[in-house]
Amino acid sequence: MKSFAYARAADLETAVQLLSKTPNAKLLGGGTNLVDLMRENIEQPDALVDVTGLPLDRIQERPDGGLVIGATVRNTAVAVHPVVRDRYPLLAQAIVFGASGQIRNMATVAGNLMQRTRCLYFYDHAARCNKRAPGAGCDAIGGFNRMHAILGASDSCIATHPSDMCVALAALNAKVKVVGPNGERTIAFEDFHRLPEDTPHIETDLQPGELITGIEIPPLGFARRSLYRKIRDRASYAFALVSVAAALEVDNGKVRNIRLALGGVAHKPWRATEAERVLAGANAGPESFRQAAEAELAPARGLAHNDFKIELAKRTIVGVLGELAGG
Amino acid sequence: MSVLQKLMETVVQFMPDKAPDPLIHKHGYLGTPVSRVDGQRKVKGEARFTAEFEIENLAYAVPVCSTIAKGRIISIDAYDAERSPGVIAIVTAENAPKMKRPPLMDVRHMDKGFAASDLAVLQDDKISWDGQPVAVVVAETLEQAEHAASLVRVEYDEKAARVSFEDLKAEATVPSAVMGEDPELEIGNAQKAFAAAAFKVDNLYRTPHYNHNAIEPHAAIAAWDEDGRLTVFDSTQFVNGCKHALAGMFGLDGDDVRVIAPFVGGGFGGKAALWNHTALCAAAAKVANRPVKMALSREDVFRLIGGRTPSEQRVALGADKEGKFAAIIHTGVTATTTHAKFPEQFSLTPRHLYASRTMSVGQKVVNLDTVANTWMRAPGESIGTFALESAIDELAYAMKIDPVELRRLNEPERDPTKGTEFSSRHLVEAYRRGAEKFGWSGRPAEPCSQRDGKWLIGQGVATAYYPVFRFPAAVRLRIAADGSALVQAAANEMGMGTATVQIQHAADRLGLPLEMVSFRYGDSDLPDSPIIAGGSSQTGSIAAAVQVAVEKAHRELVKLAGNGSPLAGANVEIEARDGGLFLSGEGNKGETYASILKRAGRDFIEVEETSGMPFEVMKYSMASYGAQFCKARVNRESGEVRISRWLGSFDCGRILNPKTAVSQLRGGIVMGIGMALAEETLLDTRRGRIMNPSLAEYHVPVHLDVPHIEIIYNDIPDEHTPLGAHGVGEIGITGAAAAIANAIFHATGKRIRDLPITLGKLL
Repeated sequence: MKSFAYARAADLETAVQLLSKTPNAKLLGGGTNLVDLMRENIEQPDALVDVTGLPLDRIQERPDGGLVIGATVRNTAVAVHPVVRDRYPLLAQAIVFGASGQIRNMATVAGNLMQRTRCLYFYDHAARCNKRAPGAGCDAIGGFNRMHAILGASDSCIATHPSDMCVALAALNAKVKVVGPNGERTIAFEDFHRLPEDTPHIETDLQPGELITGIEIPPLGFARRSLYRKIRDRASYAFALVSVAAALEVDNGKVRNIRLALGGVAHKPWRATEAERVLAGANAGPESFRQAAEAELAPARGLAHNDFKIELAKRTIVGVLGELAGG
Repeated sequence: MSVLQKLMETVVQFMPDKAPDPLIHKHGYLGTPVSRVDGQRKVKGEARFTAEFEIENLAYAVPVCSTIAKGRIISIDAYDAERSPGVIAIVTAENAPKMKRPPLMDVRHMDKGFAASDLAVLQDDKISWDGQPVAVVVAETLEQAEHAASLVRVEYDEKAARVSFEDLKAEATVPSAVMGEDPELEIGNAQKAFAAAAFKVDNLYRTPHYNHNAIEPHAAIAAWDEDGRLTVFDSTQFVNGCKHALAGMFGLDGDDVRVIAPFVGGGFGGKAALWNHTALCAAAAKVANRPVKMALSREDVFRLIGGRTPSEQRVALGADKEGKFAAIIHTGVTATTTHAKFPEQFSLTPRHLYASRTMSVGQKVVNLDTVANTWMRAPGESIGTFALESAIDELAYAMKIDPVELRRLNEPERDPTKGTEFSSRHLVEAYRRGAEKFGWSGRPAEPCSQRDGKWLIGQGVATAYYPVFRFPAAVRLRIAADGSALVQAAANEMGMGTATVQIQHAADRLGLPLEMVSFRYGDSDLPDSPIIAGGSSQTGSIAAAVQVAVEKAHRELVKLAGNGSPLAGANVEIEARDGGLFLSGEGNKGETYASILKRAGRDFIEVEETSGMPFEVMKYSMASYGAQFCKARVNRESGEVRISRWLGSFDCGRILNPKTAVSQLRGGIVMGIGMALAEETLLDTRRGRIMNPSLAEYHVPVHLDVPHIEIIYNDIPDEHTPLGAHGVGEIGITGAAAAIANAIFHATGKRIRDLPITLGKLL
């Protein structure tokens, strides 16, 4: 690990200042991903700004029934929060499936959004990776790509975003609150993470000097009936091959409301807008679920090792929606 | 096979058997579930593992590993690394001490020790695998060494490497021998018999590269004294082997090297041979002129330490209308390297399991430019039983016969290829008991006939098999005037319960309470012999030596007791009980050890003995057997597999300690679940580089993947082994992958012949 400077920010203003004025600085939350990457010499920040002392560690209910979750709230605190469990069960499930208890206890909500890909070639200095060294090339494309993207990938990068929690947040239409040198702003969740295109090293919409202060989750009554399903290579302690976050409201056999997002399939948590469109007002049954899944996955492209994920994603969508529809 | 070897095999048939060990039928500590003698120390964190020894003035070493698989080093730029804080030395081929090439394993010369690769690295500019150490950085702290290592820049002249088993298997050739056996064997005309058989199956089975992941990564600490003697703490399964191999490399006498390893955190074969890091640690200590520790990171373990070869096996089985095998054809290819030459012996398994009118067995090997492959729990039998036992299941479905019944029908009376008598084979009984306990008869014969919501359910079974090995062992035994005994052997404890079982054994043999017996091991300064925690041989090997040592000690004690003792001139048998020697059947007529030694004015007596050559394993067909039953649930939507039940029914001679033995068998099965469903080394064949060198990406089973594992055993002693016991360290993994594949077929109707059975294969 390379030597680095360390500073603990006591308030937001200091944090923004430290972050914008220190060259090559990174924010330190739970460190469950960043410190690992530093030990692997993949992240080599010159300075760490520890934000765990900031007053961003609360979960607040909004008058409209929504929630605001502070950036430094630990994953565990979100997963066990009674309002989360009651109104947004898919979020609680996603977090529990996301990591072991020890990691959840350390990991922060903002840190979860900022996770880097688990692509094997990103982790290996001997390999070419456009994220680590823009323009170097991508060894994953012709290499082991079982865990890689089937949607929205580019010739530069086929990595996936590894988070489970973010898939639920995408389905919930969450918003990311940030603050930076130019003040506060709010980013729609689906605009927060980016597709790789030819700049896979730029992963989020965060601008220099900006930091996340919290996540807003709007009220969504029918999300009480929601599910997060994660398919992986062993029963625990593995990243998703495919995951599905869904909330469904059925009225008289018809889909009245639907939210659907996929994980493990793209460079960002994948909001399945095409499937949602197909399902709006459709029969809440396996045929239309399959139709919606087919529509969503129509642009999917498989590689040597991840082709099976296209069918797996479709089946998982149908299965989850079937369960939510009471089938 | 050499002429001498063949002659030997003939001669031993006429050698008389050794009298059965009298302890076989004695009830004492043996056979009871004694808790591990070191259990508390381990739980409290008091047991010292290799990397934990506190040595004064210790420096830390980190390897820099090659990122090409073949070629040559053009230059090493260590300018920045040398100037990095805390750096003491950077060892490369330029300044490394001269090291000779170590020997590879030869079963006839185990006493000389062996290395996994016969390359002594850091001796020239040649690169033989991706991950080969090209430099070692020594610094004041581990962090400083790691950082400096990241600053070393190496320029290579890269050559095309041969790394793809898939691409190169066609070039495989027949090796000179497979574990000392002929690599090919024909009985009758198997091709003809197969062609004419009433029922047949003929398929290819594939297993991938696997890597070792013991919980304790490999580590070594090396220190040279002023007289040029070397002391090494090493996480090894073979202290004496390590000693001799190191002595050879550094041109030292065996007596000038001491290897210490009181506790090893799992080995599974991956710590049996000497690996480069231990020699490099000693080399670094020489260059730095200080004691040096090299504790490998998890990634280093993948780069420096090899695992199991990939394999492709063809199994063709032909049976007549009555279900008797007319032909067993089991051939295939494994991989090794030019510097390891270890053809994992899958082809030995089919030679001893089933009766067949004809047989054709053969194994070819291809050399790859990879890290040396090595022993990995039941090398050969684990992958061999996957192929063979899957094929038998396939044949059973083709014949519409119960797979247990098919195996029973083909149970041999004598060894199918050697014609020798079985020393103790009760596989049919293991099947009978296992099937009853598992409720096998309630299983529907047809596949795809059980369902629970989205889950398809199936039950599978397979035979477990592992041969018996024994090596000559030397032990030292001391009986002291306080009535205590100390057994000393250069044995190795990697968590199996070695010390516990040997204490149980010596206590029974000496007639002492457990707490009066101690066992010293894990140190090459103890009597020199090839005691290795490998081949499931250690317990039996030591036991044979302890038996002769105790007999010798008893003779000396009787002599020492002299004419004044009730033991003098006894014409009935003398037995060890109640802390001493007593006349058989004559109550308290006799004398305690303490009394004899005190009267003789002695503080102790000490004897050293060596057990004889293992002729019994040549005379008889000796092996452990088992029947693995499992229940698999397969999600028909996602292809996810969950093993929901396991029952292993074993025939491993007498079980010496149910607690430690069952743990070993369970551990083997857990490893078998990993082998079947999850584990796979991802070797990028474009470069020959392992891409998943971490426990995050190399998937071993987690707790949720493992059901409760029920173990039952016949507990029938083998009259031809010490204590009537067989080793239990390896058999647990054998048959496990086939049982799972068979259960998955029963659940889904899908036959998966290439491991691991990941969910994409079941969609």
